[in-house]
Amino acid sequence: MDIVIDSLTYTYPGQAAPALKDVSLEIGAGELCCLIGANGAGKSTLCCAIAGFVPHFYKGEMYGSVVVGGVDTVQRSIGDLARRVGIVFQNPFDQITGATLTVFAEVAFGLENLGTPRDETRRRIEDVLRKVGLWELRDRSPLELSGGQQQRLAIASVLAMDPPIIVLDEATSQLDPAGTRDIWRIIARLHAAGKTLLVAEHKMEYVARHASKVVLLQGGKVIACGSPREVLGRDDLARCGVRRPPFMEIMRGLTQRGLWQGPMPLTLEDAAAVLKEVARR
Amino acid sequence: MSGGTGTQVGIVLDNVRYEYPNGVVALRGVSITMGKGETVAIVGENGAGKTTLAKHLNGLLKPTSGSVTVDGIDTRGRTAASLARLVGFVFQNPDDQLFQNQVSREVAFGPRNLGYAADRVEKLVRWAVEQVEITDLLARHPYDLGLAQRKLVAIASVVAMDTPYIVLDEPTTGQDYPGTEKLGRLVARLGSAGKTVMAITHDMEFAAEHFARIIVMAQGQVILDGSPREVFSHPSGLERASVEPPQLARLGQLMGLGECILNEEDLLRSLC
Repeated sequence: MDIVIDSLTYTYPGQAAPALKDVSLEIGAGELCCLIGANGAGKSTLCCAIAGFVPHFYKGEMYGSVVVGGVDTVQRSIGDLARRVGIVFQNPFDQITGATLTVFAEVAFGLENLGTPRDETRRRIEDVLRKVGLWELRDRSPLELSGGQQQRLAIASVLAMDPPIIVLDEATSQLDPAGTRDIWRIIARLHAAGKTLLVAEHKMEYVARHASKVVLLQGGKVIACGSPREVLGRDDLARCGVRRPPFMEIMRGLTQRGLWQGPMPLTLEDAAAVLKEVARR
Repeated sequence: MSGGTGTQVGIVLDNVRYEYPNGVVALRGVSITMGKGETVAIVGENGAGKTTLAKHLNGLLKPTSGSVTVDGIDTRGRTAASLARLVGFVFQNPDDQLFQNQVSREVAFGPRNLGYAADRVEKLVRWAVEQVEITDLLARHPYDLGLAQRKLVAIASVVAMDTPYIVLDEPTTGQDYPGTEKLGRLVARLGSAGKTVMAITHDMEFAAEHFARIIVMAQGQVILDGSPREVFSHPSGLERASVEPPQLARLGQLMGLGECILNEEDLLRSLC
């Protein structure tokens, strides 16, 4: 297991109620695990706990344990954890250093902090900028990029440090549809390359299509954990503040009317194929 | 139809062209009329001219040629500040807007700034937070809230100005499902109260489910304008604008159905 969370209860400083309540979770190596739930359910806090920002940066009161790549996060510094876990935030503006003049230098920042040799640094920067489609823009100022480009830059900066685990905390929520598609294309490629990914996401069409595992949170608790079919098929999904993809709602309607018994399609293409089949009968 | 007589109700854009000082032409002859109580979603990819268009509605930008009138008043003769009584504008990023240390003060700032009496300000604050469904946040500090809630506060602070026209730039960004539904109810309430609501959005489900009219923009021009059903029945126009139709409309296209699918009933009807 790459990430093992055991009975984690965490309260931010000055808050009465815990943000996470008795969370236990195991995420295997190479898994693409999506965190879903309403705002305030605990998705971001869980992301921060895996990257070590909880409790190291935010302080507060933490019970239970988070073990990432075999090490207990409480025992290690954020700097040390950065080699194991990379995190991409909701707003790329929170991530971009503001201390660099070019896209190239921005990606170099993390590597320089890790003391990576010069040639290796150059090689890795070119590699990750090509992967996220920003190599042509390497001499631009990070501040001149569009929101979607900035988010790809944030991902590149994290990828450059080559952590085995990558956490994306609602990395698409501020982006337009084209920007969202670009980020998910990168996520899918990282998944195929064997990275362990933890992705907090509101856009359920992408969750259904790409996740290998889905964790549903509500009020700081894990309500469900399983395959996208199991979790997105739950009756209490809307009560947990999550909207099922509309095509899944239609398929559920057909199942309830006895018109379709097969497994729930997870993509629009599969749903279209099933519906054509149903229409023929 | 315009002419500054002060009698024309509605916002009228007549052949508006706008060129930024750097030479980029963002609007190329846009003509739109929006009447009282209309709910209008403005969609299109980044760079299509949506925000430039929106900034013309409250006089932040003035047309290079053509004209914009609000209730018959030509925006060229007015400052954005004087138009603020007519047109409320909520920016995409709430942090461009919020500056008070309590939600109640934030929401009260707009109406107070318009010079309204204290009891009217109080009533408007209460009304606005009820419309946006954030009454429970009144005593909070805006920066103790998450981005999505701050956005609702920014919206309430503009709603409280009680303007006949309200422009929302990307209201659903970062909202979860309950937040998006709140905004949908807000649009309906404002519309039925006779206010004109215009929202720039990338969220096609939101546009299709909560707005009576959708305007599709591409390269500085309006390329489609009509009800959700009319607009989403034109896949080629949408493709030109790089606008992806709502999920069920795409499902219908994948199934090769001729008609536009917007809800379950549409689909069941077309299957039978």
